[in-house]
Amino acid sequence: MEIKHIGTAGTMGSSDILVTIEKISNGIDISLNSSVEKQFGNQIRSVIAECIKNSGIENAKVTAVDKGALDCVIRARVETAVYRACDSQDYVWRGIK
Amino acid sequence: MEYRLRRTMMFVPGNNPSMIKDAYIYGSDSIMFDLEDSVSIAEKDAARLLVYHALTSVDYGDKELVVRINDPYTKLGKDDLEAMVRAGVHVIRLPKTETAQDVVFCDEQITQIEKEIGKEAGSTRMMAAIESAVGVLNARDIAFASKRLIGIALGAEDYVTDLKTNRSPEGIELLFARCMILQAARAAGISALDTVYSDVNNEEGLIKEAKLIKQLGFDGKSVINPKQIEPIVNIYTPTVKEIKKSLDIMEAIKEANQKGSGVIALNGKMIDKPIVERARRVLDLARAAGVLDLEDDSIE
Repeated sequence: MEIKHIGTAGTMGSSDILVTIEKISNGIDISLNSSVEKQFGNQIRSVIAECIKNSGIENAKVTAVDKGALDCVIRARVETAVYRACDSQDYVWRGIK
Repeated sequence: MEYRLRRTMMFVPGNNPSMIKDAYIYGSDSIMFDLEDSVSIAEKDAARLLVYHALTSVDYGDKELVVRINDPYTKLGKDDLEAMVRAGVHVIRLPKTETAQDVVFCDEQITQIEKEIGKEAGSTRMMAAIESAVGVLNARDIAFASKRLIGIALGAEDYVTDLKTNRSPEGIELLFARCMILQAARAAGISALDTVYSDVNNEEGLIKEAKLIKQLGFDGKSVINPKQIEPIVNIYTPTVKEIKKSLDIMEAIKEANQKGSGVIALNGKMIDKPIVERARRVLDLARAAGVLDLEDDSIE
């Protein structure tokens, strides 16, 4: 998928994460602001990075404001932001096979 | 049809991470994640992905997991089905069901997805929400329309609008629909689920309505707030007297079976099949409510 414009998903509500994705030219840059940065900062970055990698995007700046989101919420919000940024509705579901 | 308690089915807005995270702890028998009316059109994609990831990663224990999808004839609804069947949802709730064909159409979509992913055919169940006069009049055909159906439910807000009335504290305007849905469900051997009670701050009204629908024969009721769960469960929890009587009936049945006796009597009264079935349901409700020990049938 290719980023066409800025994509945003999520909210600043409790247990949510607000994710913004935009195109850059040199790799993946993740900027995180989290209420649980000390405890879970690395884990959150790792989940974001994994989602971006799975989407096939190689150059993007991801800005995330986390309010204590579970990993499944982080995945959902990053993927939503990616689909929106790419104007894509070709969803890939990786559930039960 | 497998038996399952459905005293309370809690609505959880599909785009609310906090409620999705906490849904397990409130003790409803079923959790119903909503992708339809509680989600704005701009957030349908976000809600679908959120519920999908929750279903594939959160352990909700023994809860029955239901997802209310958007109209399956639309792209939104089709995307919902694709995602939720793959996520392994237990039950797809079909909104605004008007005809048996609506159920059949959704069933066929699910069948196709199950086939694509190699999932056991028929393992994804369905329930149909009836929310219009046409739907109520077709309740019987709807209830028999698919083997996937575990139940049919009344959705009263749209229904009363369709009737050109509104909801009253007594609920007289819902009596015909409730009776139709109940008869249809029982004829088909599936669950009958009542509508939500919208006034979350009126516990007295909720209790009154829950007593009414229990007496009519409904399996349970949808709830929109966790605080509505306990009052409904309390109404569905048998009394100690009812539990003791039911235990005596089951004991009498056991003894009669051991003796090979065809006629069963307890305290001079004959016990027949309907009485045994009612006793069994009382004990199931008592065990589910934690007032009857699962191991030794002692009353807590």
